[in-house]
Amino acid sequence: MSAIVFENVHRRFERDGKSFPALEGVNLTVADKEVVALVGPSGCGKTTCLRLAAGFEVPTSGRVTVGGAPVTGPGPDRAVVFQQFALFPWKSVADNIAFGLRNQGVPANTRQERVSGIIKLMGLEGYETAFPHQLSGGMQQRVAIARAYVLDPEALLMDEPFGALDAQTRIVMQEELVRIARVNPRTVLFITHAVDEAVYLADRVAVMTRRPGRIKEILDVRSVRAGEQWNRHERIEDVMDLESFVHLRTHTWRSLREEKIDAVH
Amino acid sequence: MASPVNLPLSKIEGFILGIVGLASFLGLWFVISASGLVPRQFLPTPLDVVARTFHLLTEPFAGATLPMHLAKSLERYTYGFLLAAAVGVPLGMAMGWFRWLDDIVTPIFDGLRFIAPIAWVPFAALWFGTGIGGPIMIIFSGAFPPCLISAYRGARYVDGKYIEAAQMLGTSNLRTIVDVLLPASFPSIVAGLRVGAGLGWQSLVGAELIVASAGVGYMMVQGQSNVSTPTVVAGMIAIGLVGLLIDVALRQMEAFVRRRRGLA
Repeated sequence: MSAIVFENVHRRFERDGKSFPALEGVNLTVADKEVVALVGPSGCGKTTCLRLAAGFEVPTSGRVTVGGAPVTGPGPDRAVVFQQFALFPWKSVADNIAFGLRNQGVPANTRQERVSGIIKLMGLEGYETAFPHQLSGGMQQRVAIARAYVLDPEALLMDEPFGALDAQTRIVMQEELVRIARVNPRTVLFITHAVDEAVYLADRVAVMTRRPGRIKEILDVRSVRAGEQWNRHERIEDVMDLESFVHLRTHTWRSLREEKIDAVH
Repeated sequence: MASPVNLPLSKIEGFILGIVGLASFLGLWFVISASGLVPRQFLPTPLDVVARTFHLLTEPFAGATLPMHLAKSLERYTYGFLLAAAVGVPLGMAMGWFRWLDDIVTPIFDGLRFIAPIAWVPFAALWFGTGIGGPIMIIFSGAFPPCLISAYRGARYVDGKYIEAAQMLGTSNLRTIVDVLLPASFPSIVAGLRVGAGLGWQSLVGAELIVASAGVGYMMVQGQSNVSTPTVVAGMIAIGLVGLLIDVALRQMEAFVRRRRGLA
């Protein structure tokens, strides 16, 4: 079991001697092998949530646990996929992917096997010796996802992973992620500001309030997806055309928009 | 008809202008020195210099031929520069990584780094002698600051996403420094090495003017004592050319590193 649990998490930031609340009582559970998308208005603290789960930051109060253990710092059991990829530009694709395994002392032949397995899964064959700057944004993000997946982490933390990609590449990557999740399901916390991406990819969508962030509403996509048999459709545009999809998307939008409109006043 | 003032020139045009500039300089030099306007001992003609240079290539002066003097200078230079890089780069990186070390070293370093290398000559001679130790210290003091500063900047301002990526991949502290911080800082380090190499070479000649017993600087001092101004100019040309070669070589290396990194 490798659930991600936020228990009454508060996070304050200090700036110019003043203290600002970023998160105010976040409660959220991402169940084992579940994909939860976190959406919210800009600056609501969704990235802070992810960074707390990653261990890059610590909560001011409350606690974050992954697989039952409190998060004390970053580690390979919680692999992160960054919006800006954060691949090592001086390492080849294969070396970038193998880096985490080398840290864990995985023997060379096992490492080789796992790396080539994930390279095949991510459609990166033929690019093993290329350097990140020689690849398109979409291909770079494939490498970043491969680098996270190959660790077989308890949790995958994705911070607007497709935010830096163009619209077409984005759609391809969204389909890819669904395909990979079928082959190798993981517990995933997924941050996005794109509502249709959230509804398409997630089992549940958690909507946050504007800053200071809390979880405002959680939509159950999984039961709708199963009930309306979204999986019959191979293509993303067909899924997004379904009435049940449109309904969920509109609902999420409205929920988000209330926060944004409020923020203007 | 008005024309734009700063139209970019083609490569050929730029090259031709460079030749024109150089030719004018040599021409002016030739006219002044050959006309007798200035006594020959004060300013040799370009032809005197060329003749003297060829002579020095084979005939020893002040105990050695010009190539032998150069070899001696390059030996000192190599030691001094390598020492500066070997101390400056790791120290700079450590200062960039450990904030407390930065706080300790920076005031001392800022206090010392504006002192010209040649100002160290008296102490260099006292502490390390006028053979090889003294000049090495002078070269070191010239080459060290850029090596340290660029390594420091590289490490201090490394993109935080690489460090976070390394951390979430379970990288130990030592491996983060060796496998992430060092390569991430590498373009900055190489740029600093290039600047340090140039400053070190400039300092060497200053040091040798005073302390050495062989080397290009020494040869020039001996030339001055013997009122052989062509020897002095031959030394200047040798210094200039070798300095240029060092710079070109390191520039190539820097460009290579940047290309591999996808920065250029």
